Amino acid sequence: MSLKDSIPVAGLCPQGQYGVQDSLRSGFTSAKNELLPSHPLELSEKNFQLNQDKMNFSTLRNIQGLHAPLKLQMEYRAARQIQRLPFLPSSNLALDTLRGSDESIGFEDILNDPAQSEMMGEPHMMVEYKLGLL
Amino acid sequence: YALENIIHLKQIRHINIMLLISFVLMQDGVVLGADTRATSSEVVADKMCAKIHYIAPNIYCCGAGTAADTKKTTELLSSNLTIFSMNSGRNPRVVMAVNILQDMLYRYRGQIGANLLLGGVDCTGNHLYEVDPYGSVDKVPYIAMGSGDLAALGILEDGFKPDLELEKAKELVRAAIHAGIMSDLGSGNNIDICVITRRGVDYIRPYQDSEYKDNRYKKMKYKYRPGTTPVLTEKVVPLKLEVVQETVQQMDTA
Repeated sequence: MSLKDSIPVAGLCPQGQYGVQDSLRSGFTSAKNELLPSHPLELSEKNFQLNQDKMNFSTLRNIQGLHAPLKLQMEYRAARQIQRLPFLPSSNLALDTLRGSDESIGFEDILNDPAQSEMMGEPHMMVEYKLGLL
Repeated sequence: YALENIIHLKQIRHINIMLLISFVLMQDGVVLGADTRATSSEVVADKMCAKIHYIAPNIYCCGAGTAADTKKTTELLSSNLTIFSMNSGRNPRVVMAVNILQDMLYRYRGQIGANLLLGGVDCTGNHLYEVDPYGSVDKVPYIAMGSGDLAALGILEDGFKPDLELEKAKELVRAAIHAGIMSDLGSGNNIDICVITRRGVDYIRPYQDSEYKDNRYKKMKYKYRPGTTPVLTEKVVPLKLEVVQETVQQMDTA
């Protein structure tokens, strides 16, 4: 299995503080996990939305011209900016409506509910960062 | 997963429905049939599992493969189909369900172990579709799927004629599933039948009970009669309750 572009190269910047792997939060290091996907569908699912969008925009450009995907992408960018405070999960309602995914139910609606997430950013630090005070 | 050949992985035992399902297109509808056994390797995990799932009032689906996959996939399909038919203002059709299912299964490249047979009656007629885990679709007049499908297909191939009557179609499906139950270890217990016509759905569960049914359940009672445990002392303390507030709300019967 060849190396794919979308997997980050390991060893150069571990996720923990001071450049050391944070075993408590991200587990033990494993070269295999960082170089090869751990499930046949990992890459395909990680980039699924991206690939769908690329395909759709490319088709739209061929049919209607460059302006169509440009306008749509502008709307997507605007909708993506509608968020709550940095540490709170957002429902992304505007983005969902634009995409049409408010009319379908998939595994992403059942599994990995952000309200049940075990990790949360530190509220004070995140707001300070956002306001530029940090 | 590239190193799976080198590292020996422990076999995961999930509950499989290596079952037997079949159906038949008849004169004015569709007959679906299934056995009711779910196995986990060599052990029977469920003697009375429901393999015929509801998708829409006029569409039902038989599922073989991994039990959880078939159940969740059919539930998702049912929800998506309902939303879609509400949005478009049209009654659900079997082709809509098949297309939604095909997209979903192909996206996951066969990792979802769900072999599904969709059957239903809609405004365009009676339809039967077979969908494989990878997403390939086949439109058929009769089909059997699962571990006992070869025996069942033999009966179906022999007895199927276009435009069968209701009773003959039910008997054909029953015989096919019975043959599969007799010849295959992964199928067994009772037979369920679901008849879908323009007038409605008749879900007969079970259509035929297994001859080896456990009759002990009717005789064994797990409730003990009062007095089995001797009562030594008894003390009754009445709770004093006072009415604090009383409101009367009229029921709207208009």
